[in-house]
Amino acid sequence: MKKIEAVIKPFKLDEVKTALLGIGVQGMTVSEVRGFGRQKGHTELYRGAEYVVDLLPKVKVEVVVADELVDKVVVTIKDTAKTGRIGDGKVFVSDIADVIRIRTGERGESAVS
Amino acid sequence: MNRKFVYLVLGAALAVPRLAFAEEAPVVTAGEFVANNVWMMLCAGLVFLMHLGFASLESGLTRAKNTTNILFKNTFIICAGILTYFVVGFNLMYPGEFNGWFGFAGFGLDPGAEGNTVGYADGGYTYWTDFLFQAMFAATAATIVSGAVAERIKLSSFMVFSTIFVAFVYTIAGSWKWGGGWLDGLGFYDFAGSTLVHSVGGWAALVGAVLLGSRLGKYGKDGKVHPIPGSNLPLATIGVFLLWLGWFGFNGGSVLSADPEGTSRVLVTTSLAAAAGCLAAIFASWTIASKPDLSMALNGILAGLVGITAGADVVTPLAAILIGGIAGFIVIGSVLFFDKIRIDDPVGAISVHLTCGIWGTLAVGIFSTNPEHSFGIQLIGVAAYGIFTVLCATVIFLLVKVTMGLRVSEEEELEGLDFGEHGMHAYDVHLGSGGIEGGGPPGRPVLRPSSAALAAESR
Repeated sequence: MKKIEAVIKPFKLDEVKTALLGIGVQGMTVSEVRGFGRQKGHTELYRGAEYVVDLLPKVKVEVVVADELVDKVVVTIKDTAKTGRIGDGKVFVSDIADVIRIRTGERGESAVS
Repeated sequence: MNRKFVYLVLGAALAVPRLAFAEEAPVVTAGEFVANNVWMMLCAGLVFLMHLGFASLESGLTRAKNTTNILFKNTFIICAGILTYFVVGFNLMYPGEFNGWFGFAGFGLDPGAEGNTVGYADGGYTYWTDFLFQAMFAATAATIVSGAVAERIKLSSFMVFSTIFVAFVYTIAGSWKWGGGWLDGLGFYDFAGSTLVHSVGGWAALVGAVLLGSRLGKYGKDGKVHPIPGSNLPLATIGVFLLWLGWFGFNGGSVLSADPEGTSRVLVTTSLAAAAGCLAAIFASWTIASKPDLSMALNGILAGLVGITAGADVVTPLAAILIGGIAGFIVIGSVLFFDKIRIDDPVGAISVHLTCGIWGTLAVGIFSTNPEHSFGIQLIGVAAYGIFTVLCATVIFLLVKVTMGLRVSEEEELEGLDFGEHGMHAYDVHLGSGGIEGGGPPGRPVLRPSSAALAAESR
């Protein structure tokens, strides 16, 4: 099992969510986060003075899936979250040691499918 | 006398019937007395509403961690203002016959035999209405200060300052003109308080902001301005619209009767000036700062309103647009200027109330249709109020500073005055605050059983 974490532009969430459900992902966790990459945010104006906003609002999507679905999920996120402009975000993939479904006590892949 | 002259210059077509009306005006019937008084009570209510406007605007343009504190100050001011006006204020501001500089007609209220009859104030309103309307004004002058000193002044120090200020400084200064004092004798004109209310509050705000210093992090060592954006622009917008609405009472009530021509004309000049101020500020901020800034557009509305307040009943609609429009430009320049000289005013109160109050007062000398009004006398009035208010505010602020301190600790300022001064927050957004089932201060366990537990119990 792997965990795929994608930090994306907030307005792309609906598109990514629908696409992931379409390829068989059963669930996901979404959080509002802030962050920056190489661009280091942007400048904004307030009452005549400029200031740098480096931590921009982003959405983080977390999905845990069986190994055979990982590539499909990554490609789907990459394609749907892409605008081609700076700030599209990143996808992180990591190993998951175990998963437990709280209600039934099921463990491993059966808990995420 | 003045009013007759205004009508004369309105134009020949209008002048004939109005002249006849003006000559009959002093005779007020019982019905007119009731109508006058109802209008004046309504106006007192509208000026009261302005305090909600100030509270909304100030909490919107400051940071969320200081919201409780700024609302607390606004809540306190209106109450302290009304009560001090009852104890000493009303009779300091309207002492009757006095030497023109300082008079006091005694503590509390006393309508006397004539106070609630047509014989009082030409039948424009009763003694009780007079007190309430003026008390709402007094509190307005004091609340102007709270925005400029926001996010760093100690609560107790502010409470002491504003109570003394509203009880004595505003009222004694007010007696010079509205109480029939020496500036009134000179021919100084301030219809509804560009100077008497707004500049007086604005001067005190300036003194407070200077003595306090800027908020931590506002100005960099290299002189660069680091903006501290407000927490809630919708709230700020609501506040400004409430203030505009309240201004119909502020200026409309200053006609001091329900005179149909006078009140409706004042409402027109007031609105035209507000609208022109807004558009001018939008234009100025768009060209100077390259983007249209909502907070500046809102300041522009207030700038127009403050600007027209001194002459709302003696200028033509076109002049009202000019006064408001120029105020809209001035307020932007003023905001940028005060930032440049590092006087930190989180909500722009000094620029709106002081700078535009001065402009509006001087504008009477330029645009008034009454030839008795002169620029020179207006300038004397502006200077007199400036000197007196700055002196008094400096003395009171310094006394408060020496005895109880003026500014919160650095640590408290960073943490926020909500927690430091009040031990509470305006918005319950902390992670430890009880989760979905709601409520409770941070860290306190939620005792309320969940709906699932209740359901299980009932089975």
